[in-house]
Amino acid sequence: MDALDQLVKTFFDWEAMAAVLPNMIRFGLPNTLILAVSAGVLGCILGMILAIMGTSRITALRWLSRIYTDVFRGVPAIVIILLIGLGLGPVVRVATGSTNPFPLAIFALTLMAAAYIGEIFRSGIQSVEKGQLEASRALGFSYGSSMRLVVIPQGIRRVLPALVNQFISLIKDSSLIYLLGLIASQREIFRIGNDAAAITGNLSPLVAAAFMYLLLTVPLTHLVNYIDNRLRTGRPEKRQPDDAAALIGKGAQP
Amino acid sequence: MSEFASGSLTGKNLHLSFGSNHVLRGIDLHVGKGTTASVIGPSGSGKSTLLRVMNRLIEPDQGDILLDGRSVLNDNPDELRQRIGMVFQQFNLFPHKTVADNVSLALRKLRKLPAEQAQAEALEQLDLVGLKHKADARPANLSGGQQQRVAIARALAMKPEVMFFDEATSALDPELVKGVLALMADLAKGGMTMVVVTHEMGFSRNVSDTVTFMDGGVVVESGPPEQIFTSPETERLQGFLADVL
Repeated sequence: MDALDQLVKTFFDWEAMAAVLPNMIRFGLPNTLILAVSAGVLGCILGMILAIMGTSRITALRWLSRIYTDVFRGVPAIVIILLIGLGLGPVVRVATGSTNPFPLAIFALTLMAAAYIGEIFRSGIQSVEKGQLEASRALGFSYGSSMRLVVIPQGIRRVLPALVNQFISLIKDSSLIYLLGLIASQREIFRIGNDAAAITGNLSPLVAAAFMYLLLTVPLTHLVNYIDNRLRTGRPEKRQPDDAAALIGKGAQP
Repeated sequence: MSEFASGSLTGKNLHLSFGSNHVLRGIDLHVGKGTTASVIGPSGSGKSTLLRVMNRLIEPDQGDILLDGRSVLNDNPDELRQRIGMVFQQFNLFPHKTVADNVSLALRKLRKLPAEQAQAEALEQLDLVGLKHKADARPANLSGGQQQRVAIARALAMKPEVMFFDEATSALDPELVKGVLALMADLAKGGMTMVVVTHEMGFSRNVSDTVTFMDGGVVVESGPPEQIFTSPETERLQGFLADVL
């Protein structure tokens, strides 16, 4: 009985959780979102550039993209954050006078996310049937326009679920910014939970942090399933009034 | 009276190799203004490749291509392809765009027409192929025959001088073939210059002005349909006709 009480108190001390909640909502949530969304958007831009290079007809561009991807996908996030954050931190401080670790953390997360997102986009682009590029070129579009108007939009659609998964990863990886040192208002979800846990000697604030992450990620995983379903079954489209009429009208001729 | 601004097209001594595979071995093909040339032959004979070389989707290794008597090998290939419409076996409509957008895309982006005008022209083209009422549908919601007719409308919207058909009915269910062939016959009758790669011997015989029989990357025999189908001279053509008819 005591042991059970002990466990409940260690993980689900409601008071300890409630105490940390205001900071979580005021600082933790927005800071985590700033990190994840910024790195997500920038990662998509850099990732698209990598994907276009990776599917280019120019061998050197394909190689550059390959090497970048191999490096940033093959090194743990924690190593990249430390190398970028601690390595470039002093340089940035001298140059701009800023000690805010956010830009460098976003930069590090972006470099990493871009490697994965680039691969996601590349697989999407390469999954588009060859006939699509051929049909577009036959109409008179250049290679670049064909990619931009026809191939890439279709490729992106197919990999939306994988892209959302990548964003979920980013939300979680954003916690690594704590390694760079944060002042009170810069703390994100994990750091706030971790600090409170360290001070009180109780893990409940970390559990609260876990709930905050789930609050963000679970809806996203369901969004993935929704998109996935929609992509598989086709978008819900209104039946057109003349669909039935077509059987006897003009549309009847095959 | 031609309703199309069509031109003549000539391929001269066209050669193409993929590595050691000599796909086209000196092809000559002439299609007179407003006439229809069909190209028949067994699979792998180079028919489809010939079309792609003649609109420079694939650059020939050797030879010349003349549109209205003028060599186009030094032109911008993208501009050449705006003058030659192409219809594919697999339709290749853009699935992420509506039927109307499929037809108007090139008008908006290449001809630089304002959106409303491009839309109006797209609807007009769709009307010609009997599918105006499907303008807002997605290609996936259309039957194969309807998709192919949209693909024809998409190519015609650019007001091409020549139309290529690459086995346009081969992927269609048998009951849908007739509608597409009828549309192609209408175009031919309307004075469009057409090169039709086909397995439909009936179409080749009844609609085209000339028939070219290819095998192994060379033109084995060519001439008016009666001659090709009723008195084939070469053993290879006789064998081929015996197999398909």
